[in-house]
Amino acid sequence: MNTAVAKPSMQLLEGATAIAESAILAGCRFFAGYPISPFTPLLEHMSRALPENGGVCINAESEIEGANMALGAGATGAMAATGSCGQGLALMQETIAEAALNETPMVVFNLARNQQDYFQATRGGGWGDYRTIALAPKDIPEAVEHTQLLFHLSRRYRAPTLLYGDPLLAQTRVGVHLRRIEFDELPPQDWALDGTGGGTGESRQIWTWAMGKATNPGLGPDGHWQQVAAKFDRIAELEQRSEQRYAEDADTLVVSFGSAAKFIEHVVEELRAEGHRIGWFRPISLWPFPGPALAGATAGIKRVLVFELNAGQMLEDVRQYARDRDAIRFIGGVSIHESGLSYGPLLDAPEIRARILAAIAEDSTRSTS
Amino acid sequence: MTQELRIVPTDRPPADGKARKVADFRPSLMLGEHGLCPGCGEPVALRILLETLQDLGIVNNSIGVVGHGCYGSFVRIMDVDVLQCLHGRAPSCATGIKRMRPQTAVFTMQGDGDMVNEGLQEVLHTAARGENVTAILLNNGVFGDTGGQQTATTVLGQRTKTSIEGRDPGLHGHPIPVADLVASLDGVGYVARGAVGTAGSIARTKRMIRAAFESQLAGEGFSLVEILTMCPTGWFVGAPQGPDYLAESMEQVFPLGDLRARPKPSGAGA
Ligand SMILES: Cc1ncc(C[n+]2csc(CCOP(=O)(O)OP(=O)(O)O)c2C)c(N)n1
Ligand code: SF4
Ligand SMILES: [Mg+2]
Repeated sequence: MNTAVAKPSMQLLEGATAIAESAILAGCRFFAGYPISPFTPLLEHMSRALPENGGVCINAESEIEGANMALGAGATGAMAATGSCGQGLALMQETIAEAALNETPMVVFNLARNQQDYFQATRGGGWGDYRTIALAPKDIPEAVEHTQLLFHLSRRYRAPTLLYGDPLLAQTRVGVHLRRIEFDELPPQDWALDGTGGGTGESRQIWTWAMGKATNPGLGPDGHWQQVAAKFDRIAELEQRSEQRYAEDADTLVVSFGSAAKFIEHVVEELRAEGHRIGWFRPISLWPFPGPALAGATAGIKRVLVFELNAGQMLEDVRQYARDRDAIRFIGGVSIHESGLSYGPLLDAPEIRARILAAIAEDSTRSTS
Repeated sequence: MTQELRIVPTDRPPADGKARKVADFRPSLMLGEHGLCPGCGEPVALRILLETLQDLGIVNNSIGVVGHGCYGSFVRIMDVDVLQCLHGRAPSCATGIKRMRPQTAVFTMQGDGDMVNEGLQEVLHTAARGENVTAILLNNGVFGDTGGQQTATTVLGQRTKTSIEGRDPGLHGHPIPVADLVASLDGVGYVARGAVGTAGSIARTKRMIRAAFESQLAGEGFSLVEILTMCPTGWFVGAPQGPDYLAESMEQVFPLGDLRARPKPSGAGA
């Protein structure tokens, strides 16, 4: 299916396909991956659609190789990506850190099985002072936008960027409007390896240690890694993204990310219609975490409920920024489908509603006793 | 996917007859002195690699991918566009580069620790995919950079810091002849094993490197030249004894010559 050229109208697409098509619209020309559920359909679609659009998709022999192929492609200035779910991203950590430290743009898609990869996405497991811009879309249309934004940010900052999705994003079919998003102009890619530098005395080099050439020394690890760290400080300021609703007149604020936040939106609307003073806050960028926005949103809040499908990972970031730490209650938890491949029964509106109401009730008994 | 590169000879004046300075068509690609041990074989291998790029006229149409070992410091002195990659991952990085720049000559430089220990599956899969890149393996049978420990190519009986009584097959297993493995795969254009212990072997190895790049430029698939290099420091022998030790130990286990000839005779190698 050659679909990436011009698509004015709405199409019914599976999320993984929509993400792949959006990547191609953004200009992605290289993809390498290794199958794992629920990421597999993204790889399958790329293997068909990329060659039709002048690109290359490689069946990597493992996630390690896939990530390093993407790094190599990215080093030439091409828009390159790889992906997997959390299990495969575990294998890619060394490469993600390397790309951050040697400043090679690439996009990594984590179409995860659940929300247990929050620490992996926001802290990472590579070595060195690096961070990874990580966006967590709440639904497929947003994932389509984030995909293009991530290619842009990756090139703007010469750093790997990450999309954190899940089975609902990967496997659901929805109507999607695919179009190319235009961003600000990027700085020239004068660093990209094209092979023409040889013999000029000014050949190019991409090197985590940034030693430079004998005739033109680089900053070396000390200076280079300080510079990279300073760049991530800048990104931390500039690239925070979040969304909130009803925080101004709420007693209760529910914080959640990704697909879970979509459920929270629905439940909060229900509860408000019933007269509860409740609102929600959603970090869109998991890193950089929108801490100041959360601090603002929690200013007059009596209880901050954190809902995520894991043992309490984002909870740590909420604790850092919520105005009153004692107001925080964790209402999420580990909940895995018996297959191990998707969410369990906790990701369900009635269950979430019950947990929110129980937390509110518990607080009021506590304050009256 | 692959397209032939035009080979512009740089060992004679340009065909267009325009006057140029000598250095214009035979630039030096060494930007400075190497800092490796006296008697090390790796700088010799670097030199014949760079000379080959010059001989083929592809100096300003080449990208190198360099792994982690003593040769890693060459990134500072080789006047070629280079990606310094993670330990063991050069073939994958080279794959990404070549697929995005099929018109560029792409080569890797890895040691035995880098290619045969950390990244064995990379080189095998890259070869079997028929990636049109040239791999240069500097095999000295030890992790030289970390001080002379046993690698997957250490020969039986060889003393290293982690096989202090000599490599014992019962304890440490057997050396892996990676070039022979690669030569057995479909997708491969040319494989040879050379050495830099003597003037004769250096000259022969240079012809092998040339054949490997010509194979790449002709789009024949993956090419590999394994180069046995002296590591007197890691072998615990004096620098002058390096070449003899190489001939008596490594060359006995890893015989020199073409392991897979090019589809058409190239006149290179053994
Ligand atoms: C992931 C990782 N593990 C270990 C190392 C440490 N290390 C650096 S160089 C090297 C030895 C490389 O040996 P080889 O490729 O044979 O090169 P030589 O120094 O012998 O030329 C090792 C183990 C590393 N850089 N990265
Ligand atoms: S340790 Fe061995 S490989 Fe490394 S520079 Fe010294 S002689 Fe060469
Ligand atoms: Mg070695």
